Amino acid sequence: MTDNYEARDVIDKETLSTVKSVGDTYKYGFSTDIETEYAPLGLNEDIVRLISEKNSEPSWMLDWRLKAFNRWKKLKQPDWALLKIPEIDFQNQYYYARPANMKEKPKSLDDVDPKLLETYSKLGIPLTEQKKLAGVVEEAPLGEGENRKVAVDAVFDSVSVGTTFKEELKSAGVIFCSISEAIKEYPHLVKKYLGSVVPISDNFFACLNAAVFSDGSFVYIPEGVKCPMELSTYFRINAENTGQFERTLIVADNNAYVSYLEGCTAPQRDESQLHAAVVELVILEEAEIKYSTVQNWFPGDENGVGGIYNFVTKRADCRGKNSKVMWTQVETGSAITWKYPSCVLKGDNSSGEFYSIAITNNMQQADTGTKMIHLGKNTNSRIVSKGISAGKAQNTYRGLVQIGGKSQNSRNFTQCDSLLIGNKCGAHTVPYIEVNNSSARAEHEATTSKVDEDQLFYCMQRGIQEEDAVALIVNGFCKEVLQALPMEFAMEAQKLVAISLEGSVG
Amino acid sequence: MLKIDDLKVSLEEEEKQIIKGLSLSINPGEVHAIMGPNGSGKSTLSSVLAGKDGYIVDSGAVKFDGNDLLEAEVEERAALGVFMAFQYPIEIPGVGNMNFLRTALNSQRKTRGQEELNAADFLKLVRGIAKELEISDEMMKRPVNVGASGGEKKRNEILQMCLLEPRFVILDETDSGLDVDAMKLVSRGVNNFSSSSRSFLVITHYQRLLNYIVPDFVHIMVDGKIVKTGDKSLALHVEDTGYKDFLQLGKEKH
Repeated sequence: MTDNYEARDVIDKETLSTVKSVGDTYKYGFSTDIETEYAPLGLNEDIVRLISEKNSEPSWMLDWRLKAFNRWKKLKQPDWALLKIPEIDFQNQYYYARPANMKEKPKSLDDVDPKLLETYSKLGIPLTEQKKLAGVVEEAPLGEGENRKVAVDAVFDSVSVGTTFKEELKSAGVIFCSISEAIKEYPHLVKKYLGSVVPISDNFFACLNAAVFSDGSFVYIPEGVKCPMELSTYFRINAENTGQFERTLIVADNNAYVSYLEGCTAPQRDESQLHAAVVELVILEEAEIKYSTVQNWFPGDENGVGGIYNFVTKRADCRGKNSKVMWTQVETGSAITWKYPSCVLKGDNSSGEFYSIAITNNMQQADTGTKMIHLGKNTNSRIVSKGISAGKAQNTYRGLVQIGGKSQNSRNFTQCDSLLIGNKCGAHTVPYIEVNNSSARAEHEATTSKVDEDQLFYCMQRGIQEEDAVALIVNGFCKEVLQALPMEFAMEAQKLVAISLEGSVG
Repeated sequence: MLKIDDLKVSLEEEEKQIIKGLSLSINPGEVHAIMGPNGSGKSTLSSVLAGKDGYIVDSGAVKFDGNDLLEAEVEERAALGVFMAFQYPIEIPGVGNMNFLRTALNSQRKTRGQEELNAADFLKLVRGIAKELEISDEMMKRPVNVGASGGEKKRNEILQMCLLEPRFVILDETDSGLDVDAMKLVSRGVNNFSSSSRSFLVITHYQRLLNYIVPDFVHIMVDGKIVKTGDKSLALHVEDTGYKDFLQLGKEKH
């Protein structure tokens, strides 16, 4: 019996006790009372200029934004997803909100408003350099986890409020800062890579993001460097009636490696809020990026009032030979999720993996999956998707596997499992497979099942309460994906799985 | 300890009575065996005692230490000390054995108002039991019952029993699918666990298990009723002549 497995045991136990202790279903629903400065309501060219000005951007950046904005005006919101999206009034919301005292960017973490620090610590994300990311069970016999550090970039509404371990990372050659800072400090890198994976006109929401993105994270790992710690960005929406549009750009140069985590929460409100992010990953020769997300935006209440509309474009470009990318996502929040983290496998022998858990409960809707575009020779992709529906929720897996004519000897494996809890929810699987050469192979496996009565009875006969039994079985169903997450996130994710399903049985 | 009084049970799906007036009294420390042909209602009896869905109790009562057992939820019955070793133990993919066991044990302890067992004490306890039942570490690391042979699954049931320390155990055809060695191992586990305060209800088709787990009483169940009660020699009689002598008894009592 290895230590690792004992550690996991501790985690599982923690999951169950957390489920019981959390009275309120969404524990991140509080809001921070802080003076906030807004851009005028609505969206026009002046707003785009204002955002650029607030970030003191060079003119090339403004031009880029304006180009995107003019393009966006001509685009239509996509309607092909299996989602009922209420009409979004793009003129009736704010596109920029920042805490008033963030006017002057804090020079160090010591200068950050204590109220903001408190907000993050309440969310379990201490913005200090001594502590590990919250959720790590101190007594867990982790071994390797003992001295693990995680650097955090904290994005609050439209601005980054602070980044930890910046100096330590710098000495390793790693650049980790907010994207607004990168635009000023590292323009040659940003110019070279921004929009090179997700072009401005890629799709309606990505185009909107290009015009109005206010902040986000930037990472550059130079050639031959294995990033000495995990990097993470924590997104928090606080301001009312405000959209969050962040942009993340991560570049792994030849032979570089980084593991990156992303978390998100928002206050509990009656109005829906828009979140349209873009994430671009550039992976050069022999390099590898692991990107993990635990998405826990406010999902709306049980009647479907409020919640975040989450329209996100994430794409990884495996440009170099032997490059690797792994997306892992746990999607439990948001009223609407529209998200397809994709891999473009250009380099020969490159590989892309996508592990996903999408949980929808009550009135939530999710249409999520991935795109694997095989262009290079001998490329490999693997998709493992676990969809769980409860309440009256609708959950769709939508995935494209495209193997190009020149992508000789390429392989895809897709496994797509759906689990239903109750009889008012729905699970849908929409795979698109296009194979354009005879040496390629694509495999697709799909299952749909219900939480098994016999399994529940077995658990309960051993004394386990019904809700705990469901959490246990569902966590088991998701195990393969949970194991793909870094330890800290695996724990948070397990708890979330249980919490998201509260009230789904009985 | 357990008192079943004129119990009548039907299937929920179809209006068909399976148990047609069964009474049975089990005292602490006693081992009762119920034998009977296929379809006599043996497994229905164990399911109803454990609280499985899909059955309607038409009449009668079941008391466990004075508690109305039929009113209690499944997990409450477990916490009261009722344990059923399944004829077909259920597989739970992705859920580690250790996690399952610890969750079960601590849930019961919590329901009973006892403190939860910490990780170290728990591991020590489980390892001790696993060793006695010759269950490997590798098996303990696997998901619950997934990829386990019939014999391994049954040993796993006995391990759960030893860990959860129930006072009343139903062994539902635990001997089915076991070879002689596995049967000896399982029986040894049961015998080591038995005590003057614990009782067993052994449900089986065959006499051979009763060579290892020796009953104080043997009941023959036919068509939803106990038609004959005796000591262990009754089981030997069944072994010789089959159930044909008793089938008639079932009909006469109609």
